[in-house]
Amino acid sequence: MSAASTSTAPTSSSSEALPTAEQHGIKEHSDGRFGFVPVQTRSARFKSFEPADFAAVTGREAVWKLSPVGKFTDLTAGELDGSNYDFDTTPHADVDVSWVDRTDARVGTAGAPEERAAANAWSSFGQALAITVSGEEAKEITLTRATLGSVPRAAHTIIEAKPFSQAVVILQNIGDARISENVEIIVGESANLTVVTLQEWNADAVQLANHFATIGRDARLKHVVVSLGGSIVRVNPSVILAGPGSDTELFGLYFADAGQHLEQQVYVNHDAPNTRSRVNYKGALQGAGARTVWIGDVLIGNTAPGTDSYEQNRNLVLTEGTRADSIPNLEIETGDILGAGHASATGRFDDEQLFYLQSRGIGEIEARRLVVRGFLSEIVQHIGSAPLEERLQGAIENELRGTEGN
Amino acid sequence: MSVLEIKDLHVSVETDQGTKQILRGVDLIINEGEIHAIMGPNGSGKSTLAYTIAGHPKYHVDSGSILLDGAEVLTMTVDERARAGLFLAMQYPVEIPGVTVTNFLRTAKTAIDGEAPAIRTWIKDVRESMVKLRMDKSFAERNVNEGFSGGEKKRNEILQLELLKPKFAVLDETDSGLDVDALKIVSEGVNRAKENTGLGLLLITHYTRILRYIKPDFVHVFVDGRIAEQGGPELADRLEDEGYDRFLTETPVG
Ligand SMILES: Nc1ncnc2c1ncn2[C@@H]1O[C@H](COP(=O)(O)OP(=O)(O)OP(=O)(O)O)[C@@H](O)[C@H]1O
Ligand SMILES: [Mg+2]
Repeated sequence: MSAASTSTAPTSSSSEALPTAEQHGIKEHSDGRFGFVPVQTRSARFKSFEPADFAAVTGREAVWKLSPVGKFTDLTAGELDGSNYDFDTTPHADVDVSWVDRTDARVGTAGAPEERAAANAWSSFGQALAITVSGEEAKEITLTRATLGSVPRAAHTIIEAKPFSQAVVILQNIGDARISENVEIIVGESANLTVVTLQEWNADAVQLANHFATIGRDARLKHVVVSLGGSIVRVNPSVILAGPGSDTELFGLYFADAGQHLEQQVYVNHDAPNTRSRVNYKGALQGAGARTVWIGDVLIGNTAPGTDSYEQNRNLVLTEGTRADSIPNLEIETGDILGAGHASATGRFDDEQLFYLQSRGIGEIEARRLVVRGFLSEIVQHIGSAPLEERLQGAIENELRGTEGN
Repeated sequence: MSVLEIKDLHVSVETDQGTKQILRGVDLIINEGEIHAIMGPNGSGKSTLAYTIAGHPKYHVDSGSILLDGAEVLTMTVDERARAGLFLAMQYPVEIPGVTVTNFLRTAKTAIDGEAPAIRTWIKDVRESMVKLRMDKSFAERNVNEGFSGGEKKRNEILQLELLKPKFAVLDETDSGLDVDALKIVSEGVNRAKENTGLGLLLITHYTRILRYIKPDFVHVFVDGRIAEQGGPELADRLEDEGYDRFLTETPVG
């Protein structure tokens, strides 16, 4: 992909680097442009379960500065419906799906809100929907939410993989929604869990989601965020590698059309020895006002010698008038690491690729499709569910077709 | 019989320093089944000629014309030119991440023929061509040119030449960067394609060594954006001995 880029924000970067601890302290994260004192380190960021502990959202906060906060004050400041909702799922003997009370011991074990919408959701939900996985054989379940409606609501989900268990859990989101929600993911010792969250909402939907994951000793979490449909979709996964030898792969795929705001703030906290993380998010932007935000914070604590970490974000800009922000941050508190690096690039469609394909007789529209599909397929191929991969290829085709006329 | 005619072609590019004239009146006629070699120093405009025939958007045609069997090529889009029977084996083929060779070849073949190839014979054709070009079958599932060595990229170009069966092919320094074994394999591929389809060839090269394996009918010396001299195969031998010096009295070489 060519590095040339027009429609990107000042915060967008195009860089490839293998930084050292000295180069990448808190400096890169600090952002003086907005005139406030930056948080020293990501792990020290203020947390609370109470919305009242957060000041009214202004849009200048680190967590909100790239979001259209004026468009969802109902979620950050209003009253939220925390009642249970309908969902669809295929039953499996080793996967229990049920509503549990707020007093459930797992609530609050994977993380805590760092902003007001998350705290508002936390204080508003009635019961949490708990997905509890056991059993060592591979299995896949899909949980579909299709009828959340457009009344502002709160939700809380727990996904727990018992020690040594294995599963792929797909959260499928369609229909209307105005929701602020928290998802806690608890991966027990030596468990192997994949969580895929698919946002294919109706065009007006607004979703603010925080995923908090904690990964036990020698356990593995693969987390995949796919955002295609919705007006404002913000899914922020935050993962603590808590057990020695734990491993996480965080993938993301997004395709922003005209007027869509798709955001993901990823945070990986290496908090134990010999942990590994890979972050790879890829996005395409097409149409006037298409907007994406990717922030990738990686913290390698002094508790995490032997860390192996790499994060990257790539955006493919297909038309004029879009904006992609891509901000990798790496904080390293220990000298004893295996590797840490990041890459971020936002580029326009590569005309040389197009020329090559066309020079073999392939028409322009099909050539563009091939290139975009190819660009995004790296993520699709990592999902690990053949039927889902196939369906997503189809969904990407639809995205491409949807704005062809523009 | 097919014929490709290039008439008084003037081409320029936009650079940071302004418009730069590169081709200054190129005239060339290639008949089906003929092999024309174009030889010339670096920067003389050989690739520019190749790209202009293929329709690369960077190159602006200021005047002149390119006719394929009488039809104006310059008004065709890049893909229309390919479908009309033109092919360019590129000097530096680009990588296409996420698009496998298999998928790419099938898509291109379908586009050129206007219908999908019969599955069974197609798979057989692809496999046979790959074997002859000594390309491991794992290449079929790799992304186009991604991580290919220089030589592997060139073989992949000739693979496409064999499978897409154009009427005229321009080979832009297909020989550069190849060791002698690879050069033989690639040359055999080109000769095979010519035998099977009787295509006309415009062979751009820097060195005479590929002309040992692909015998040209005509040799053109390209200097400063135009053809400075032409002759038969013996001209290549003369260039081998004398170099381009005698053509370069006024023109500094880049
Ligand atoms: N896109 C471009 N922008 C600026 N200058 C260009 C561009 N393309 C070609 N040129 C210039 O035009 C001239 C001819 O280039 P061209 O690539 O056609 O030469 P060539 O004969 O193929 O050289 P080589 O033997 O090195 O492949 C050179 O001076 C080159 O720098
Ligand atoms: Mg050249």
